[in-house]
Amino acid sequence: MKILVCISHVPDTTSKINFTENDSAFDSNGVQYVINPYDEFALARAMWFKEKQGASITVITVGNAGTEPSLRKALAIGADDAIRIDAEATDGFFVAKQLAEVAKSNGYDLILTGRESIDYNGAMVPGMLATFLDYNFVNACIGVEIENNTATAIKEIDGGSETLSTSLPLVLAGQKGLVEEKELRIPNMRGIMMARKKPLSVVAAIETEATTKSVRFEKPEEKSACKMVAASDIDGLIDLLHNEAKVI
Amino acid sequence: MSVLVFAEASEGKFKKAALEVVSYGKKIAEQLGTELVALTINASNASELASYGAQKIIKVTQDNQESFDAKCTATTIKEVALKEAADVVIIDSSSNGLYVAPIVAAQLNAGYASNVIDVPSSTQPFTVKRKAFSNKAFNHTEISTAVKVIGLAKNSFGIVENSTTATEEDFTSTATASGVSSTALNKASGQVTIADADVVVSGGRGLKGPENWGLIEDLAEVLGAATACSKPVSDLGWRPHAEHVGQTGKPVASNLYIAIGISGAIQHLAGINASKVKVVINTDPEAPFFKAADYGIVGDAFEVVPQLIEKLKVFKANN
Ligand SMILES: Cc1cc2nc3c(=O)[nH]c(=O)nc-3n(C[C@H](O)[C@H](O)[C@H](O)COP(=O)(O)OP(=O)(O)OC[C@H]3O[C@@H](n4cnc5c(N)ncnc54)[C@H](O)[C@@H]3O)c2cc1C
Ligand SMILES: Cc1cc2nc3c(=O)[nH]c(=O)nc-3n(C[C@H](O)[C@H](O)[C@H](O)COP(=O)(O)OP(=O)(O)OC[C@H]3O[C@@H](n4cnc5c(N)ncnc54)[C@H](O)[C@@H]3O)c2cc1C
Repeated sequence: MKILVCISHVPDTTSKINFTENDSAFDSNGVQYVINPYDEFALARAMWFKEKQGASITVITVGNAGTEPSLRKALAIGADDAIRIDAEATDGFFVAKQLAEVAKSNGYDLILTGRESIDYNGAMVPGMLATFLDYNFVNACIGVEIENNTATAIKEIDGGSETLSTSLPLVLAGQKGLVEEKELRIPNMRGIMMARKKPLSVVAAIETEATTKSVRFEKPEEKSACKMVAASDIDGLIDLLHNEAKVI
Repeated sequence: MSVLVFAEASEGKFKKAALEVVSYGKKIAEQLGTELVALTINASNASELASYGAQKIIKVTQDNQESFDAKCTATTIKEVALKEAADVVIIDSSSNGLYVAPIVAAQLNAGYASNVIDVPSSTQPFTVKRKAFSNKAFNHTEISTAVKVIGLAKNSFGIVENSTTATEEDFTSTATASGVSSTALNKASGQVTIADADVVVSGGRGLKGPENWGLIEDLAEVLGAATACSKPVSDLGWRPHAEHVGQTGKPVASNLYIAIGISGAIQHLAGINASKVKVVINTDPEAPFFKAADYGIVGDAFEVVPQLIEKLKVFKANN
């Protein structure tokens, strides 16, 4: 089985979110970048297939040279090779088109992505990618088994889960549940050494129009101070929630 | 020209999110000076949408669309969008909405903005405000394609009544079942889900152990609320993973979020920031959650919450 894992290179979850250039760009000053947490679950599940059922794993990202540490990390975890599509990822539609182009020529059986990126939270690349490739697609995937050409996937739905039956080739947008948190992989020394010798190819982006454009960022307004209520004054709290906040 | 909303029905009935996209769509149709068209699939009371501003209601009642199939639904939306020459297509952020919207956008070659929280600030160029960085910031995004797809964030616009006379029309889609089929559904019935709840009661490690969750459940019951928890609580197996909220869990956009024994770590806050009113109950006055909350009580959950439950019961009986 040939697996492609799509990696988004994002600011880590504790990063301070600030903007520069008149609020038109994200301020990456002092920001630590990591593999998107959802993509880590996808990669760990890919490793499970590789070890248990036999599979090759390619990791791919659309980004500039600055995103390569995330690809190297994925190689150190155990991916076999990496591809960087050399372009600024400014629009999910654009990213999906780029990924589709490479996927089309290399022919993967299974494409694993995260449910959404934790920076722009688009939740759009996986569904668009599947549509451009005309592959089957399962969103919000919390479990998958593959037997020959058939896949059984579990999808999270509002208030529960749903079991789906489908077939390869397949795009899965995954999250926790694909593997448990404790099964996430941390690269070891040997992996890191080996990763240096694994192929990381850089391919040029294809011409395609962006469909959206970021105009400006904005930070939420400073919150007004928290109103403190004494632990002995539960009636006071109920009164505030009823008469002031009007939520009960 | 038209604005098309997909008003999703669940077991025939419209959820809050469906009425919200219709209300929101009406506002955009007014901005653009065009008609609001609502698409429904197997809804039992499609006419209801006229009360929220739909001027034309398109009804698909096909057996092959009885159970939700994302690609099939997306194709139906695309067909109607083309037929109605829609400039803007609006979809909610339920789990099904999030599943179909990117497929619709790709099929229509349309720019898609998800997590949108307001009507366009300008229609020429078409610019919307969306949440980004897990609620830590907003982005003003310009959609430059002829057809625009908007994913409306939950509970961001509200439901606005706007009584209209609507025409109704049946439509038969050519969409066929996709290669993904449902074999089992595992859904607790009659329970309020985090996604739909107006009120969410959430517990953290401060509650000490799963045996104390009766407090959370009882409080939730009085308020008709959904229950949630912090990440360590689900990691420890005290509560199911589906209740884990935060940046790497479920997002919460309720009217009221009550956090009990939760410290307010940045990753937790990121997921619940979109809630309108936040109440925190914590023994530690220095807990970071107090900086993010609207109302706070410094106190022991085991003393405060039982009192709150009792007093709320009295309040509910009188209101
Ligand atoms: C308004 C706006 C402004 C932006 N501005 C910039 C900018 O100035 N500079 C910049 O670098 N980026 C920018 N981006 C981010 C860029 O759009 C994202 O990297 C990419 O488009 C996907 O983001 P998403 O949140 O839509 O991904 P989602 O659809 O939420 O991602 C889901 C999954 O798709 C895969 N995926 C997502 N992105 C990539 C990728 N790049 N390569 C491989 N796989 C991927 C991952 O598996 C991920 O888990 C911007 C995004 C938006 C919405
Ligand atoms: C990559 C990453 C992603 C993460 N994603 C998430 C996420 O999505 N969601 C999430 O929740 N966390 C997430 N976390 C974890 C987060 O950093 C915190 O560790 C976590 O939120 C803390 O949970 P807690 O508040 O329940 O526990 P604690 O931080 O231990 O806080 C317990 C609180 O209870 C109070 N307390 C104790 N006794 C009582 C009592 N009797 N009555 C009242 N209060 C009491 C204490 O004062 C304390 O403030 C993530 C972390 C990382 C690194």
